[in-house]
Amino acid sequence: MAAKKIVTPLTTEIVESLRAGDEVQISGVIYQARDAAHKRLVALIESGAPLPFELEGAVVYYMGPSPAKPGHVIGSAGPTTSGRMDAYAPTLMAHGLKGMIGKGLRTPEVKQAMIEHKAVYMAATGGAGALLAQRIVGNETIAYPELGAEAIARLEVKDFPAIVVNDCYGADLYEEGRKKYAKA
Amino acid sequence: MTSVRELDVQEITAAVKTMCITANYDLPEDVYAALEKGGQAEESPVGKAVFGQLVENADIARRDRVPICQDTGFAVIFAEIGQEVHLVGGDFEAAVNEGVRQGYTDGYLRKSIAEEPAQARRNTKDNTPAVIHTRLVPGDRVELWMMAKGGGAENMSSLNMLKPSQGWAGMVQAVLDTVSRAGSNPCPPIIIGVGIGGTIDKVTQLAKKALLRDLGSTHADERLAAMEAELLAKINALGIGPQGLGGTQTCLGVFIEEMPCHIASMPMAVNVQCHAQRHKHVVL
Repeated sequence: MAAKKIVTPLTTEIVESLRAGDEVQISGVIYQARDAAHKRLVALIESGAPLPFELEGAVVYYMGPSPAKPGHVIGSAGPTTSGRMDAYAPTLMAHGLKGMIGKGLRTPEVKQAMIEHKAVYMAATGGAGALLAQRIVGNETIAYPELGAEAIARLEVKDFPAIVVNDCYGADLYEEGRKKYAKA
Repeated sequence: MTSVRELDVQEITAAVKTMCITANYDLPEDVYAALEKGGQAEESPVGKAVFGQLVENADIARRDRVPICQDTGFAVIFAEIGQEVHLVGGDFEAAVNEGVRQGYTDGYLRKSIAEEPAQARRNTKDNTPAVIHTRLVPGDRVELWMMAKGGGAENMSSLNMLKPSQGWAGMVQAVLDTVSRAGSNPCPPIIIGVGIGGTIDKVTQLAKKALLRDLGSTHADERLAAMEAELLAKINALGIGPQGLGGTQTCLGVFIEEMPCHIASMPMAVNVQCHAQRHKHVVL
């Protein structure tokens, strides 16, 4: 199956065109944010303060890179476990977030919020950080540099490979894939 | 009187530094071979593609001298110190931590250790302290094993204080429950270290130590080898597959370490390891 090429920011139409199991190649800007950054983003939303980037249509990548060697755009840059961001994800989706890239299971609440707000969850290959870094062509820290690997960065990606795990219709590739290969 | 061999702890610092860097850049041969073999055996096309990516990723890391995974791990050191060795030139644990500091800094590895875990969670900025397990053994050598242990898989591990009446069947179920609950989170294909017996502190250490074994090796004790094979087959029957996307190759290997336990207890620990099984060994 050929990968679907998608460009950020994501529209509702793009999200609606994606189904669990689709392989995608993402191009455009995505935002690196993990645990500490999510905590701060949600605190900003709750206090009504402006955010460091436009959330409408945004794709967030749950990732904290290793340091870039001289001459490299970024260090190794594979996904971290998404479940730690579950407490914050529904709030971000309610404020415009359309895509999440990570790895691992999401809670029923997050999946429900994806249906309600038309958003999509995509998995990149965990532990393939050297490979995935090659698809990141731009990298600029835009908030919280003091958090180091947990800072928010604006990443420009070209044909970044991922697979749709949860679509906006409630389908879940982790559940379906496992059922297909489980032996009683 | 037996002669005592002097060893400067600077040699320990240098060895730890090198192991931290090479463990993160060069996937061990046994793991690389297991990924190639797993890719051939995997029935799911998506799963096969994942194995292909992991082999390519290991090739890129080795060629470009960059980390296999951005989570370059907690530095876990197992040390066996010969009792005829006299360590000179400084404090042993400080020397190990200095090696970690230098390795993680000079190797452009991610610093992933936070102090005051319950509240401030401040990054220590040099990936120290290491977790150090030291044993005194006969002889005049110092043996060190370094493991770069990622957080995602470690989080999926479990300690199970089972009842003796639950027996081996209860242990199998507890391992399967742990792997099943973990699903896609620990970056399958995984490797499972199982500790059996001892006390809560010892059983978890046994599970971690079990992960030092090379993939493809069989336990020297036939009884334990059979238990490992049974667990591997049952884990792979769960269907979780590479990255949890469904498939037949969820687990690359199961390793058991065992010791006696209290008559009232049946402790069992499962240490979950991602496919990036980064371990190095040196003899000084």
